[in-house]
Amino acid sequence: MHLGKHFFEKAPDMRLILLLLLLFSLVTLVLATGLGPVSVSPETTARILMSRIPGIGSSIIPDWEQLDQNIVLGLRLPRVCLGMVVGASLSVCGVCMQALVRNSLADPFILGVSSGASAFATLGMLFGAFSFLGIYSLSISAFIGSAVTILFVYGISRVKGRINITQLLLSGVAVSMIMDGVTSIITLSAPNALGLHNAEFWMSGSLASARWAYLTLPLAVLLLCMAVLMINYRGLNLLLLGDESAAALGVNVRQLQKLLVLLASLMAGVTIAVSGSIGFVGLMVPHFTRLLVGGDHKKVLPVSALLGGILVVWVDVAARMIIAPEELPVGILTAVIGGPVFIWMLKRSSGEKS
Amino acid sequence: MFLQVKDLRYSYGETEAVEQASIQVDRGEFVGIIGPNGSGKSTLLKAVYRGLVPDRGSITLEGEDLLRMPYKRSALQMAVVGQEHEIPFDFSVEEVVAMGRAPHKRLFDIDTKKDRDIVRHALECLGMEGLAKRSYLQLSGGEKQRVLIARAIAQESGFFVLDEPTNHLDISYQLQIFDLIKGLGVTVLAAIHDLNLASLYCDRLYVMKEGRVIMEGTPEEVLTAQNIYRIYGVQSSVEIHRLTGKTSITFLPEGVSA
Repeated sequence: MHLGKHFFEKAPDMRLILLLLLLFSLVTLVLATGLGPVSVSPETTARILMSRIPGIGSSIIPDWEQLDQNIVLGLRLPRVCLGMVVGASLSVCGVCMQALVRNSLADPFILGVSSGASAFATLGMLFGAFSFLGIYSLSISAFIGSAVTILFVYGISRVKGRINITQLLLSGVAVSMIMDGVTSIITLSAPNALGLHNAEFWMSGSLASARWAYLTLPLAVLLLCMAVLMINYRGLNLLLLGDESAAALGVNVRQLQKLLVLLASLMAGVTIAVSGSIGFVGLMVPHFTRLLVGGDHKKVLPVSALLGGILVVWVDVAARMIIAPEELPVGILTAVIGGPVFIWMLKRSSGEKS
Repeated sequence: MFLQVKDLRYSYGETEAVEQASIQVDRGEFVGIIGPNGSGKSTLLKAVYRGLVPDRGSITLEGEDLLRMPYKRSALQMAVVGQEHEIPFDFSVEEVVAMGRAPHKRLFDIDTKKDRDIVRHALECLGMEGLAKRSYLQLSGGEKQRVLIARAIAQESGFFVLDEPTNHLDISYQLQIFDLIKGLGVTVLAAIHDLNLASLYCDRLYVMKEGRVIMEGTPEEVLTAQNIYRIYGVQSSVEIHRLTGKTSITFLPEGVSA
C-alpha cells in the first residue's frame, strides 16, 4: 500500500510543475529537432526555428546551410511536433480509459484498442469505405475501430456492474490478436491497395513519415478532448469512487462513460491513423504522473499530456539514433521500456489485494 | 412527507433483492432500517440514493419524482455514506472530502475559499484536520469511513442516507458519528446492524426480511424479544434502560433462556 505514496510529503505546487514541464517541452523541441543521423547543433536549430517566428524572425541573420534548414524545418520539426501530439494524445487517452475502467492497467495498446483501430483503418483503405472524406477517411475508420474495440472489451469484462480486471486484460489480449491478424491478412494480401502503410507500421508505430499535413487533425482532436475532459474533471474523479457513489454525488454515470468512450476512441483512432500503434505510453505516463501529483484529474490531465509528449519525442530520438542510419520503429522501443513497467504494475496491483 | 418510496422492486439478474418495499420518511426524522444480511436493506438505500434504478416502484423526494430528477439536483438534496471505500488512485484526504462539493459546482466553476473552509470545517467535525494532507489509501478502514462522513458533511445537504455508516468503527467512533449526525439536525435514513444503536438513535424503524418490509414502528414497538426472534432467530432479553430510557437488548446464547 505504501508504494502509492506521493514522491513529496507536501503537495507540490502545480504552477511550478506545469511551468517546468512547459520549459522542458520547449528545450525538448529544440534539442530533439537537432538530433538524428545528421545532427544540427542546438544553437543553429534554435536560430532556424526562431527565424520562423513572426516578429523576431527577421532580426536573425541566416548564416546556416540550406541543408540544415531543410532538415530542421522540412524533416525533423514536423516529426517532433507529431511526436508531442501523439504522446500527449496517447497519455490522455490512457487517463480516460483508466477512469472508465477504474484501473491503472488500462491502456489503448494493452486493451487492443490500437489493434482495433489499425484493423479498421486497413479495412477502410481496402474497401474505400470512407474515401469520400478524403484525407480524413483513414482517421475516421481508425476511430470507428477504436470505439468498437473499447465497447467490446468493456462489455465482456463487466461482470455484475463491475469491471473484472482479469477479464479486462485477457479480453484485451484476445481482441488485439484477432485484430492484428485481420491487419496482417489485409496488408499481406492486398499490398498495393494500401499505399504507404505496411503491416509493420500498424503494429509497431513510427513517426518517420511525419508531414505537416498529418498534424492538423490529431492536434485539433487533442485540444478538443483535453478541453472537454478538463471541464469534466470533477466527474472523472467521482467516477473513480464507483458507479454508485458517483451517482450519489451528482454524476450522470452512463452519460459520462459514453463521453469517455467517445473521447478515448477519438484520440486513439486519430493518433493511430498517423503513427501506427505506439504501445504502453498511455500506461506509463499516467502512472508516473499520479506518483508525482496524486490522482486528481485536474492535475493528472495536463501533466500527463506534457509528460507523454516529451517521452514520445525522446524515445523517437533514440529510435532514429540507435542503429543510424537505419531506423527502429518507435513502437518497438516503447514496448521494450513499457512492457517491464506493465509487469511491475501488474505484480504490484495483485500484491495489494492479497 | 419528505421521502416516499412506494412498491419498490429490484432484482440482480435472476435473484430478487427487493420484492416489495414501501417506506416513508418525514422531515427531521431519524429512520433506521434493520434486518438480517441479504434482506435488501442496501439495495433499497441504493435505489434511494440513485446508485441503481429500480425495476418497478416510485420514489419521491419532497413530492418530486426522484427517478427523473437530474443527478446533480438529487445530489444537492442528499448526502450518502455507502459501503464503498476503495479508490483506485491516490488522493489526499482533503481532496476526497472536497469531492462532496462537486454537486454545488457547475462546469466552469473553480474551488473557492468558501469550499476550502467547508472542507476544513467538515474535517474538524470528525477531528481529522491533522490528516488533511495524508494519502487516503494509507488510512485505516475506520479512518476512511470517517473521511467519507466528512465528505457527506461537506456536501451540506439536509438529508443523509447512511448504509451501515459505522461498520468499520470501534464503539467510541460509532457513538461519536451518531451523536454528530444527530446533532446536525438533518433527516436521516440509515441501515443499521447494531440493534442497540438503532434503538438509541432512531425515531422509527423499518424491518426488512427477504426483500420485503415486514414491520415498522418506534424502536420500543419493534424491538421486542418476540420480534427479534422472528427477524433473526435469536433469543434475547429486552428491557428499558434506566439511564437512556431506550430499549436495551441483551442477546442470549444457547442454553440461557429468557
